[in-house]
Amino acid sequence: MSKHIVTINKGSLQDTIKFESCSECQTSCQSACKTSCTIGNLVCTEQAKKD
Amino acid sequence: MDNRVMPMIHKFKQNGMDIVLDVNSGIVHVVDDMTYDVLDYYKGDNREDVLKALDGKYDPAELGEVMDDLDELIGKGMLFAPMDPNYKVAIEDRPIIKALCLNIAHDCNLRCKYCFAGQGGYGKWRMLMSFDVARRAVDFLIAHSGPRQHCEMDFFGGEPLMNWHVVQQTVAYVREQEKKHNKIIKLSLTTNGMYLDEEKVKYLTDNHISLILSLDGRKENHDRMRPGVHGEGTYDRVLKNLQYCVAHRDGEEYYVRGTYTKYNLDFTKDVLDMVDKGFPAVSMEPVVGDLSEPYAIQEEDLPRVKEEYETLAKAFIQREEAGHPFFYFHFNMNLWQGPCLPKRLRGCGAGHEYLAVVPNGDIYPCHQFVGRDGYVIGNVYEGLKNMKMMREFRENHVLNKPECIGCWAKFFCSGGCHANNETYAGDIHKPFHISCEIQKKRIECALMIQAYNQMKQPQVMAQPGLAKQLAREKAEN
Repeated sequence: MSKHIVTINKGSLQDTIKFESCSECQTSCQSACKTSCTIGNLVCTEQAKKD
Repeated sequence: MDNRVMPMIHKFKQNGMDIVLDVNSGIVHVVDDMTYDVLDYYKGDNREDVLKALDGKYDPAELGEVMDDLDELIGKGMLFAPMDPNYKVAIEDRPIIKALCLNIAHDCNLRCKYCFAGQGGYGKWRMLMSFDVARRAVDFLIAHSGPRQHCEMDFFGGEPLMNWHVVQQTVAYVREQEKKHNKIIKLSLTTNGMYLDEEKVKYLTDNHISLILSLDGRKENHDRMRPGVHGEGTYDRVLKNLQYCVAHRDGEEYYVRGTYTKYNLDFTKDVLDMVDKGFPAVSMEPVVGDLSEPYAIQEEDLPRVKEEYETLAKAFIQREEAGHPFFYFHFNMNLWQGPCLPKRLRGCGAGHEYLAVVPNGDIYPCHQFVGRDGYVIGNVYEGLKNMKMMREFRENHVLNKPECIGCWAKFFCSGGCHANNETYAGDIHKPFHISCEIQKKRIECALMIQAYNQMKQPQVMAQPGLAKQLAREKAEN
Protein backbone atom coordinates (compact mmCIF):
# COMPACT_ATOMS: atom_id res chain seq x y z
CA MET A 1 0.00 0.00 0.00
CA SER A 2 1.43 3.32 -1.03
CA LYS A 3 2.09 5.86 1.70
CA HIS A 4 1.81 8.67 -0.87
CA ILE A 5 -1.29 7.75 -2.87
CA VAL A 6 -4.82 6.61 -2.00
CA THR A 7 -6.78 5.35 -5.00
CA ILE A 8 -10.47 6.05 -4.60
CA ASN A 9 -11.98 3.92 -7.39
CA LYS A 10 -10.32 1.12 -9.32
CA GLY A 11 -12.49 0.23 -12.32
CA SER A 12 -11.36 1.83 -15.57
CA LEU A 13 -13.72 3.48 -18.01
CA GLN A 14 -11.79 1.75 -20.77
CA ASP A 15 -13.19 -1.55 -19.53
CA THR A 16 -16.75 -0.29 -20.08
CA ILE A 17 -16.42 0.11 -23.84
CA LYS A 18 -18.03 -3.34 -24.11
CA PHE A 19 -21.37 -1.76 -23.11
CA GLU A 20 -21.60 0.12 -26.41
CA SER A 21 -24.86 -1.53 -27.38
CA CYS A 22 -26.56 -1.38 -23.98
CA SER A 23 -27.94 2.14 -23.31
CA GLU A 24 -30.48 0.88 -20.78
CA CYS A 25 -29.47 3.64 -18.35
CA GLN A 26 -31.40 6.78 -17.59
CA THR A 27 -31.30 9.67 -20.02
CA SER A 28 -29.26 12.62 -18.86
CA CYS A 29 -29.67 16.23 -19.85
CA GLN A 30 -26.95 18.82 -20.03
CA SER A 31 -29.24 21.84 -19.83
CA ALA A 32 -29.94 23.45 -16.49
CA CYS A 33 -33.70 23.25 -16.59
CA LYS A 34 -34.31 19.58 -15.91
CA THR A 35 -31.99 18.74 -13.04
CA SER A 36 -30.12 16.06 -14.84
CA CYS A 37 -26.87 17.77 -15.72
CA THR A 38 -23.47 16.11 -15.76
CA ILE A 39 -23.60 12.62 -16.97
CA GLY A 40 -21.35 11.61 -14.08
CA ASN A 41 -24.42 11.80 -11.84
CA LEU A 42 -25.93 8.78 -13.47
CA VAL A 43 -25.81 5.21 -12.32
CA CYS A 44 -25.30 2.25 -14.65
CA THR A 45 -28.59 0.37 -14.34
CA GLU A 46 -27.03 -2.99 -15.04
CA GLN A 47 -24.22 -2.57 -12.48
CA ALA A 48 -26.61 -1.27 -9.81
CA LYS A 49 -28.88 -4.28 -10.29
CA LYS A 50 -25.98 -6.68 -9.71
CA ASP A 51 -24.90 -5.07 -6.40
CA MET B 1 -0.10 10.62 -30.76
CA ASP B 2 -3.69 11.16 -31.92
CA ASN B 3 -5.17 13.58 -29.42
CA ARG B 4 -8.29 11.41 -29.17
CA VAL B 5 -6.33 8.67 -27.42
CA MET B 6 -3.73 10.81 -25.65
CA PRO B 7 -3.27 10.10 -21.90
CA MET B 8 -4.34 12.98 -19.71
CA ILE B 9 -4.56 13.80 -16.03
CA HIS B 10 -6.20 16.67 -14.16
CA LYS B 11 -5.05 17.64 -10.69
CA PHE B 12 -6.40 20.18 -8.25
CA LYS B 13 -6.37 21.06 -4.56
CA GLN B 14 -9.55 21.56 -2.64
CA ASN B 15 -10.59 21.39 1.00
CA GLY B 16 -7.06 20.37 2.02
CA MET B 17 -6.95 17.46 -0.41
CA ASP B 18 -4.65 16.94 -3.43
CA ILE B 19 -6.73 15.17 -6.04
CA VAL B 20 -5.65 13.59 -9.32
CA LEU B 21 -8.13 12.45 -11.95
CA ASP B 22 -6.89 10.13 -14.66
CA VAL B 23 -9.13 11.26 -17.50
CA ASN B 24 -9.32 8.21 -19.77
CA SER B 25 -9.77 5.68 -16.98
CA GLY B 26 -11.92 7.90 -14.74
CA ILE B 27 -9.83 6.75 -11.76
CA VAL B 28 -9.36 9.23 -8.91
CA HIS B 29 -6.36 9.34 -6.60
CA VAL B 30 -5.77 11.40 -3.48
CA VAL B 31 -2.05 12.12 -3.19
CA ASP B 32 0.37 13.87 -0.86
CA ASP B 33 2.01 17.19 -1.74
CA MET B 34 5.19 15.56 -2.98
CA THR B 35 3.34 13.31 -5.43
CA TYR B 36 1.27 16.30 -6.54
CA ASP B 37 4.45 18.21 -7.35
CA VAL B 38 6.08 15.22 -9.05
CA LEU B 39 3.11 15.03 -11.39
CA ASP B 40 3.97 18.50 -12.66
CA TYR B 41 6.90 16.84 -14.44
CA TYR B 42 6.67 13.06 -14.44
CA LYS B 43 5.30 11.34 -17.53
CA GLY B 44 6.42 7.79 -16.78
CA ASP B 45 9.86 7.79 -18.40
CA ASN B 46 11.67 10.94 -17.28
CA ARG B 47 12.90 10.44 -13.73
CA GLU B 48 15.95 12.65 -14.27
CA ASP B 49 13.75 15.63 -15.17
CA VAL B 50 11.81 15.22 -11.92
CA LEU B 51 14.91 14.88 -9.75
CA LYS B 52 16.39 17.98 -11.35
CA ALA B 53 13.20 20.06 -11.12
CA LEU B 54 12.54 19.20 -7.47
CA ASP B 55 16.17 19.16 -6.33
CA GLY B 56 16.41 20.66 -2.84
CA LYS B 57 12.67 20.55 -2.22
CA TYR B 58 12.33 16.82 -1.54
CA ASP B 59 14.61 13.93 -0.62
CA PRO B 60 15.70 12.13 -3.85
CA ALA B 61 15.10 8.71 -2.29
CA GLU B 62 11.53 9.66 -1.45
CA LEU B 63 11.01 11.06 -4.94
CA GLY B 64 12.15 7.71 -6.29
CA GLU B 65 9.63 5.97 -4.06
CA VAL B 66 6.83 8.18 -5.37
CA MET B 67 7.81 7.48 -8.96
CA ASP B 68 7.88 3.74 -8.22
CA ASP B 69 4.28 4.05 -6.99
CA LEU B 70 3.29 6.06 -10.06
CA ASP B 71 4.91 3.50 -12.35
CA GLU B 72 2.85 0.79 -10.71
CA LEU B 73 -0.36 2.74 -11.39
CA ILE B 74 0.70 3.45 -14.96
CA GLY B 75 1.38 -0.25 -15.47
CA LYS B 76 -2.13 -1.10 -14.27
CA GLY B 77 -3.80 1.46 -16.57
CA MET B 78 -4.79 3.62 -13.61
CA LEU B 79 -2.71 6.66 -14.47
CA PHE B 80 -1.87 8.19 -17.85
CA ALA B 81 -4.18 5.59 -19.38
CA PRO B 82 -4.62 6.03 -23.13
CA MET B 83 -7.97 5.71 -24.85
CA ASP B 84 -8.42 2.39 -26.58
CA PRO B 85 -7.26 3.28 -30.14
CA ASN B 86 -9.61 0.69 -31.62
CA TYR B 87 -12.72 2.15 -30.06
CA LYS B 88 -15.23 3.53 -32.55
CA VAL B 89 -18.52 5.12 -31.59
CA ALA B 90 -21.30 3.06 -33.14
CA ILE B 91 -23.64 5.21 -35.21
CA GLU B 92 -26.91 3.36 -35.73
CA ASP B 93 -28.52 3.56 -39.18
CA ARG B 94 -31.91 3.81 -37.54
CA PRO B 95 -31.90 5.75 -34.27
CA ILE B 96 -33.15 3.97 -31.19
CA ILE B 97 -35.29 6.36 -29.18
CA LYS B 98 -35.65 5.71 -25.49
CA ALA B 99 -36.85 8.95 -23.95
CA LEU B 100 -39.47 11.54 -24.73
CA CYS B 101 -40.19 14.89 -23.21
CA LEU B 102 -43.92 15.35 -23.51
CA ASN B 103 -44.78 19.04 -23.51
CA ILE B 104 -48.24 18.27 -22.26
CA ALA B 105 -49.12 21.92 -21.61
CA HIS B 106 -47.81 24.91 -23.52
CA ASP B 107 -49.19 27.24 -20.93
CA CYS B 108 -48.18 28.22 -17.44
CA ASN B 109 -49.62 29.75 -14.29
CA LEU B 110 -46.34 31.48 -13.42
CA ARG B 111 -44.39 34.20 -15.20
CA CYS B 112 -40.82 33.28 -14.31
CA LYS B 113 -38.49 35.98 -15.56
CA TYR B 114 -35.82 33.62 -16.85
CA CYS B 115 -38.16 31.09 -18.48
CA PHE B 116 -36.63 29.64 -21.65
CA ALA B 117 -40.10 28.40 -22.66
CA GLY B 118 -41.57 31.87 -23.16
CA GLN B 119 -43.53 31.43 -19.91
CA GLY B 120 -45.27 28.40 -21.32
CA GLY B 121 -45.95 29.18 -24.98
CA TYR B 122 -42.38 28.93 -26.33
CA GLY B 123 -43.00 32.19 -28.17
CA LYS B 124 -45.43 30.48 -30.56
CA TRP B 125 -48.40 28.73 -29.08
CA ARG B 126 -50.38 28.56 -25.88
CA MET B 127 -52.18 25.24 -26.07
CA LEU B 128 -52.71 21.97 -24.23
CA MET B 129 -51.85 18.57 -25.66
CA SER B 130 -54.80 16.34 -26.53
CA PHE B 131 -54.86 12.75 -25.31
CA ASP B 132 -54.77 11.64 -28.94
CA VAL B 133 -51.38 13.32 -29.47
CA ALA B 134 -50.07 12.00 -26.12
CA ARG B 135 -51.22 8.47 -26.96
CA ARG B 136 -49.52 8.61 -30.32
CA ALA B 137 -46.35 9.87 -28.62
CA VAL B 138 -46.39 6.80 -26.36
CA ASP B 139 -46.90 4.55 -29.39
CA PHE B 140 -44.07 6.38 -31.17
CA LEU B 141 -41.70 5.82 -28.23
CA ILE B 142 -42.48 2.12 -27.98
CA ALA B 143 -42.21 1.62 -31.74
CA HIS B 144 -38.84 3.40 -31.97
CA SER B 145 -37.21 2.00 -28.81
CA GLY B 146 -36.34 -1.29 -30.48
CA PRO B 147 -34.79 -3.77 -28.05
CA ARG B 148 -34.38 -1.19 -25.23
CA GLN B 149 -36.42 -2.25 -22.24
CA HIS B 150 -35.93 0.90 -20.14
CA CYS B 151 -37.61 3.97 -21.59
CA GLU B 152 -38.52 7.32 -20.08
CA MET B 153 -41.16 9.94 -20.49
CA ASP B 154 -41.23 13.31 -18.75
CA PHE B 155 -44.39 15.38 -18.44
CA PHE B 156 -43.16 18.88 -19.06
CA GLY B 157 -44.48 22.25 -20.07
CA GLY B 158 -45.26 25.04 -19.39
CA GLU B 159 -46.91 23.64 -16.36
CA PRO B 160 -48.04 20.01 -16.85
CA LEU B 161 -50.58 20.11 -14.01
CA MET B 162 -52.61 22.57 -16.14
CA ASN B 163 -53.49 19.54 -18.28
CA TRP B 164 -53.98 17.09 -15.41
CA HIS B 165 -56.73 15.05 -17.01
CA VAL B 166 -54.55 14.23 -20.02
CA VAL B 167 -51.60 13.44 -17.73
CA GLN B 168 -53.77 10.83 -15.98
CA GLN B 169 -55.08 9.40 -19.24
CA THR B 170 -51.53 9.14 -20.57
CA VAL B 171 -50.19 7.47 -17.42
CA ALA B 172 -52.93 4.83 -17.64
CA TYR B 173 -52.13 4.27 -21.31
CA VAL B 174 -48.37 3.99 -20.61
CA ARG B 175 -48.92 1.42 -17.87
CA GLU B 176 -51.15 -0.63 -20.17
CA GLN B 177 -48.78 -0.47 -23.15
CA GLU B 178 -45.53 -1.13 -21.27
CA LYS B 179 -46.85 -4.47 -20.06
CA LYS B 180 -48.00 -5.37 -23.55
CA HIS B 181 -44.62 -4.56 -25.09
CA ASN B 182 -42.35 -5.69 -22.22
CA LYS B 183 -41.02 -2.20 -21.53
CA ILE B 184 -40.24 -0.40 -18.29
CA ILE B 185 -41.22 3.21 -18.83
CA LYS B 186 -40.00 5.53 -16.11
CA LEU B 187 -42.29 8.52 -15.77
CA SER B 188 -41.36 11.90 -14.36
CA LEU B 189 -43.09 15.22 -14.07
CA THR B 190 -41.60 18.68 -13.72
CA THR B 191 -43.87 21.11 -11.89
CA ASN B 192 -43.86 24.54 -10.28
CA GLY B 193 -46.02 23.10 -7.49
CA MET B 194 -48.82 25.68 -7.69
CA TYR B 195 -51.53 23.05 -8.36
CA LEU B 196 -49.95 20.25 -6.38
CA ASP B 197 -52.79 19.30 -4.03
CA GLU B 198 -53.33 16.18 -1.90
CA GLU B 199 -55.14 14.26 -4.62
CA LYS B 200 -52.40 14.86 -7.19
CA VAL B 201 -49.62 14.01 -4.75
CA LYS B 202 -51.31 10.71 -3.96
CA TYR B 203 -51.81 9.89 -7.61
CA LEU B 204 -48.21 10.78 -8.57
CA THR B 205 -46.79 8.75 -5.68
CA ASP B 206 -49.05 5.74 -6.19
CA ASN B 207 -48.08 5.67 -9.87
CA HIS B 208 -44.31 5.89 -9.16
CA ILE B 209 -43.88 9.15 -11.04
CA SER B 210 -40.61 10.91 -10.22
CA LEU B 211 -41.03 14.57 -9.44
CA ILE B 212 -38.89 17.58 -10.18
CA LEU B 213 -40.25 20.39 -8.02
CA SER B 214 -39.26 23.99 -8.60
CA LEU B 215 -38.34 26.34 -5.77
CA ASP B 216 -35.68 29.05 -5.94
CA GLY B 217 -34.35 28.91 -2.41
CA ARG B 218 -35.02 31.85 -0.14
CA LYS B 219 -38.42 33.56 -0.36
CA GLU B 220 -37.06 36.87 -1.68
CA ASN B 221 -35.21 35.13 -4.53
CA HIS B 222 -38.13 32.89 -5.42
CA ASP B 223 -40.67 35.71 -5.44
CA ARG B 224 -38.39 37.98 -7.42
CA MET B 225 -37.86 35.50 -10.26
CA ARG B 226 -40.98 33.29 -10.11
CA PRO B 227 -44.02 35.60 -9.81
CA GLY B 228 -47.58 34.65 -10.64
CA VAL B 229 -49.49 35.97 -13.65
CA HIS B 230 -50.25 39.26 -11.89
CA GLY B 231 -46.72 39.68 -10.59
CA GLU B 232 -47.62 38.43 -7.12
CA GLY B 233 -45.30 36.34 -4.93
CA THR B 234 -45.84 32.59 -5.13
CA TYR B 235 -43.36 31.33 -2.54
CA ASP B 236 -45.75 30.74 0.36
CA ARG B 237 -48.17 28.64 -1.66
CA VAL B 238 -45.46 26.67 -3.44
CA LEU B 239 -43.57 26.01 -0.20
CA LYS B 240 -46.68 24.68 1.51
CA ASN B 241 -47.55 22.42 -1.43
CA LEU B 242 -44.02 21.07 -1.81
CA GLN B 243 -43.67 20.38 1.91
CA TYR B 244 -46.87 18.36 1.83
CA CYS B 245 -45.73 16.55 -1.31
CA VAL B 246 -42.27 15.59 -0.05
CA ALA B 247 -43.69 14.39 3.26
CA HIS B 248 -45.99 12.01 1.34
CA ARG B 249 -43.64 10.57 -1.27
CA ASP B 250 -43.31 7.20 0.44
CA GLY B 251 -39.78 6.63 -0.84
CA GLU B 252 -40.48 7.66 -4.43
CA GLU B 253 -37.96 9.82 -6.26
CA TYR B 254 -38.08 13.60 -6.16
CA TYR B 255 -35.80 16.62 -6.31
CA VAL B 256 -36.51 20.15 -5.30
CA ARG B 257 -34.67 22.23 -7.85
CA GLY B 258 -33.84 25.89 -7.95
CA THR B 259 -32.20 28.30 -10.31
CA TYR B 260 -29.63 30.84 -9.19
CA THR B 261 -28.95 34.02 -11.06
CA LYS B 262 -26.62 36.99 -10.79
CA TYR B 263 -28.93 38.22 -8.01
CA ASN B 264 -28.05 35.36 -5.66
CA LEU B 265 -24.49 34.28 -6.28
CA ASP B 266 -24.49 33.41 -2.56
CA PHE B 267 -26.68 30.45 -3.49
CA THR B 268 -25.30 28.21 -0.73
CA LYS B 269 -27.73 30.09 1.51
CA ASP B 270 -30.58 29.16 -0.83
CA VAL B 271 -29.58 25.50 -0.87
CA LEU B 272 -29.35 25.36 2.92
CA ASP B 273 -32.60 27.27 3.26
CA MET B 274 -34.36 24.61 1.16
CA VAL B 275 -32.76 21.80 3.15
CA ASP B 276 -33.81 23.45 6.41
CA LYS B 277 -37.35 23.88 5.10
CA GLY B 278 -37.68 20.10 4.80
CA PHE B 279 -36.19 19.25 1.41
CA PRO B 280 -33.11 17.06 1.86
CA ALA B 281 -32.82 16.28 -1.87
CA VAL B 282 -32.06 19.47 -3.76
CA SER B 283 -30.48 20.89 -6.83
CA MET B 284 -29.53 24.49 -7.61
CA GLU B 285 -28.50 25.36 -11.13
CA PRO B 286 -27.20 28.37 -12.99
CA VAL B 287 -29.70 30.41 -14.98
CA VAL B 288 -29.61 29.94 -18.74
CA GLY B 289 -30.80 32.88 -20.76
CA ASP B 290 -30.11 35.97 -22.78
CA LEU B 291 -26.76 37.44 -21.69
CA SER B 292 -28.19 40.95 -22.01
CA GLU B 293 -30.63 40.29 -19.17
CA PRO B 294 -29.66 41.79 -15.80
CA TYR B 295 -30.00 38.42 -14.08
CA ALA B 296 -27.61 36.65 -16.49
CA ILE B 297 -24.35 35.22 -15.17
CA GLN B 298 -21.47 36.86 -16.99
CA GLU B 299 -17.85 36.00 -17.54
CA GLU B 300 -16.79 38.38 -14.75
CA ASP B 301 -19.03 36.51 -12.29
CA LEU B 302 -17.15 33.24 -12.72
CA PRO B 303 -14.60 33.69 -9.88
CA ARG B 304 -17.47 34.43 -7.48
CA VAL B 305 -19.51 31.44 -8.74
CA LYS B 306 -16.54 29.10 -8.34
CA GLU B 307 -15.86 30.36 -4.84
CA GLU B 308 -19.51 29.74 -3.98
CA TYR B 309 -19.36 26.13 -5.14
CA GLU B 310 -16.44 25.58 -2.77
CA THR B 311 -18.50 27.15 0.02
CA LEU B 312 -21.40 24.86 -0.83
CA ALA B 313 -19.13 21.80 -0.92
CA LYS B 314 -17.76 22.67 2.52
CA ALA B 315 -21.27 23.16 3.89
CA PHE B 316 -22.27 19.82 2.37
CA ILE B 317 -19.45 18.03 4.18
CA GLN B 318 -20.12 19.88 7.43
CA ARG B 319 -23.71 18.64 7.37
CA GLU B 320 -22.53 15.10 6.71
CA GLU B 321 -20.08 15.29 9.60
CA ALA B 322 -22.80 16.66 11.87
CA GLY B 323 -24.99 13.66 11.07
CA HIS B 324 -27.48 15.69 8.99
CA PRO B 325 -26.51 14.87 5.41
CA PHE B 326 -28.46 16.12 2.43
CA PHE B 327 -28.44 15.16 -1.22
CA TYR B 328 -27.20 17.73 -3.70
CA PHE B 329 -27.78 16.60 -7.25
CA HIS B 330 -24.55 17.81 -8.79
CA PHE B 331 -22.32 16.45 -6.06
CA ASN B 332 -23.81 13.01 -6.56
CA MET B 333 -21.15 11.48 -8.74
CA ASN B 334 -20.97 7.73 -8.80
CA LEU B 335 -17.32 6.79 -9.32
CA TRP B 336 -18.02 3.08 -8.83
CA GLN B 337 -21.23 2.37 -10.74
CA GLY B 338 -21.28 5.38 -13.02
CA PRO B 339 -22.15 5.35 -16.70
CA CYS B 340 -20.00 3.48 -19.19
CA LEU B 341 -17.76 5.26 -21.68
CA PRO B 342 -20.20 4.86 -24.61
CA LYS B 343 -22.91 6.55 -22.54
CA ARG B 344 -20.54 9.37 -21.64
CA LEU B 345 -19.97 9.91 -25.33
CA ARG B 346 -23.65 9.65 -26.19
CA GLY B 347 -24.44 12.33 -23.61
CA CYS B 348 -28.02 13.45 -23.31
CA GLY B 349 -28.94 11.81 -26.58
CA ALA B 350 -30.88 14.87 -27.73
CA GLY B 351 -31.91 14.61 -31.34
CA HIS B 352 -31.37 10.88 -31.68
CA GLU B 353 -32.16 9.05 -28.43
CA TYR B 354 -34.16 11.69 -26.59
CA LEU B 355 -36.79 13.85 -28.31
CA ALA B 356 -39.53 16.30 -27.36
CA VAL B 357 -43.14 16.25 -28.54
CA VAL B 358 -45.26 19.43 -28.48
CA PRO B 359 -49.06 19.75 -28.31
CA ASN B 360 -49.56 19.80 -32.10
CA GLY B 361 -47.59 16.54 -32.37
CA ASP B 362 -44.39 18.01 -33.81
CA ILE B 363 -41.14 16.41 -32.69
CA TYR B 364 -38.05 18.45 -31.75
CA PRO B 365 -34.51 17.28 -30.82
CA CYS B 366 -35.23 18.16 -27.17
CA HIS B 367 -37.34 20.45 -25.00
CA GLN B 368 -34.79 23.25 -25.33
CA PHE B 369 -35.11 23.32 -29.11
CA VAL B 370 -38.90 23.58 -29.03
CA GLY B 371 -40.10 26.58 -31.02
CA ARG B 372 -36.74 27.16 -32.72
CA ASP B 373 -37.12 27.48 -36.48
CA GLY B 374 -35.68 24.66 -38.55
CA TYR B 375 -35.62 22.11 -35.74
CA VAL B 376 -38.83 20.14 -36.34
CA ILE B 377 -37.60 16.64 -37.12
CA GLY B 378 -40.94 14.88 -37.44
CA ASN B 379 -44.47 14.51 -36.15
CA VAL B 380 -46.16 11.77 -34.13
CA TYR B 381 -48.71 11.33 -36.93
CA GLU B 382 -46.21 11.16 -39.79
CA GLY B 383 -43.07 9.82 -38.09
CA LEU B 384 -39.49 11.00 -38.33
CA LYS B 385 -38.59 13.10 -41.36
CA ASN B 386 -35.26 14.81 -40.82
CA MET B 387 -32.90 11.85 -40.45
CA LYS B 388 -29.95 13.99 -41.53
CA MET B 389 -30.37 16.23 -38.50
CA MET B 390 -30.71 13.23 -36.20
CA ARG B 391 -27.43 11.85 -37.49
CA GLU B 392 -25.77 15.23 -37.00
CA PHE B 393 -26.82 15.18 -33.34
CA ARG B 394 -25.62 11.59 -32.95
CA GLU B 395 -22.21 12.41 -34.33
CA ASN B 396 -21.88 15.51 -32.17
CA HIS B 397 -20.03 13.86 -29.27
CA VAL B 398 -16.94 15.06 -27.43
CA LEU B 399 -14.46 13.14 -29.53
CA ASN B 400 -15.72 15.11 -32.53
CA LYS B 401 -15.57 18.53 -30.86
CA PRO B 402 -12.16 20.18 -31.30
CA GLU B 403 -12.65 22.39 -28.24
CA CYS B 404 -13.61 19.43 -26.02
CA ILE B 405 -11.05 16.86 -27.06
CA GLY B 406 -8.29 18.34 -24.89
CA CYS B 407 -10.54 19.04 -21.90
CA TRP B 408 -10.21 16.93 -18.77
CA ALA B 409 -13.96 17.14 -18.05
CA LYS B 410 -15.10 15.69 -21.38
CA PHE B 411 -16.30 12.37 -19.94
CA PHE B 412 -18.33 14.10 -17.25
CA CYS B 413 -20.17 16.71 -19.31
CA SER B 414 -20.32 15.07 -22.74
CA GLY B 415 -19.68 18.40 -24.41
CA GLY B 416 -22.41 20.41 -22.75
CA CYS B 417 -25.93 21.20 -23.85
CA HIS B 418 -26.46 21.29 -27.63
CA ALA B 419 -29.19 23.90 -27.24
CA ASN B 420 -27.09 26.19 -25.07
CA ASN B 421 -24.23 25.81 -27.51
CA GLU B 422 -26.53 26.83 -30.35
CA THR B 423 -27.91 29.76 -28.37
CA TYR B 424 -24.60 31.23 -27.30
CA ALA B 425 -22.08 30.06 -29.86
CA GLY B 426 -24.51 29.71 -32.78
CA ASP B 427 -23.43 26.12 -33.33
CA ILE B 428 -24.31 22.87 -31.55
CA HIS B 429 -20.68 21.79 -31.94
CA LYS B 430 -19.16 24.70 -30.00
CA PRO B 431 -19.28 24.64 -26.20
CA PHE B 432 -20.27 27.77 -24.30
CA HIS B 433 -17.37 28.95 -22.16
CA ILE B 434 -19.35 30.11 -19.10
CA SER B 435 -21.24 26.80 -18.88
CA CYS B 436 -17.97 24.88 -19.24
CA GLU B 437 -16.28 26.78 -16.44
CA ILE B 438 -19.20 26.28 -14.05
CA GLN B 439 -19.45 22.65 -15.02
CA LYS B 440 -15.76 22.02 -14.39
CA LYS B 441 -15.86 23.61 -10.95
CA ARG B 442 -18.93 21.58 -10.04
CA ILE B 443 -17.20 18.38 -11.15
CA GLU B 444 -14.11 19.19 -9.06
CA CYS B 445 -16.32 19.73 -6.01
CA ALA B 446 -18.12 16.45 -6.67
CA LEU B 447 -14.83 14.56 -7.06
CA MET B 448 -13.52 16.05 -3.83
CA ILE B 449 -16.69 15.11 -1.95
CA GLN B 450 -16.69 11.55 -3.29
CA ALA B 451 -13.03 11.15 -2.32
CA TYR B 452 -13.71 12.64 1.11
CA ASN B 453 -16.70 10.36 1.69
CA GLN B 454 -14.72 7.31 0.66
CA MET B 455 -11.83 8.11 2.98
CA LYS B 456 -13.70 9.47 6.01
CA GLN B 457 -16.98 7.54 5.72
CA PRO B 458 -19.32 10.20 7.16
CA GLN B 459 -23.08 9.69 7.21
CA VAL B 460 -24.37 10.27 3.68
CA MET B 461 -27.81 10.55 2.16
CA ALA B 462 -28.69 8.04 -0.53
CA GLN B 463 -30.24 9.10 -3.82
CA PRO B 464 -33.96 9.47 -3.16
CA GLY B 465 -36.14 6.89 -4.83
CA LEU B 466 -33.31 4.73 -6.16
CA ALA B 467 -33.70 1.87 -3.68
CA LYS B 468 -37.42 1.65 -4.32
CA GLN B 469 -36.98 1.77 -8.07
CA LEU B 470 -34.41 -1.03 -8.07
CA ALA B 471 -36.52 -3.17 -5.74
CA ARG B 472 -39.52 -2.70 -8.02
CA GLU B 473 -37.54 -3.68 -11.09
CA LYS B 474 -36.14 -6.79 -9.40
CA ALA B 475 -39.65 -7.81 -8.38
CA GLU B 476 -40.98 -7.25 -11.91
CA ASN B 477 -38.18 -9.27 -13.49
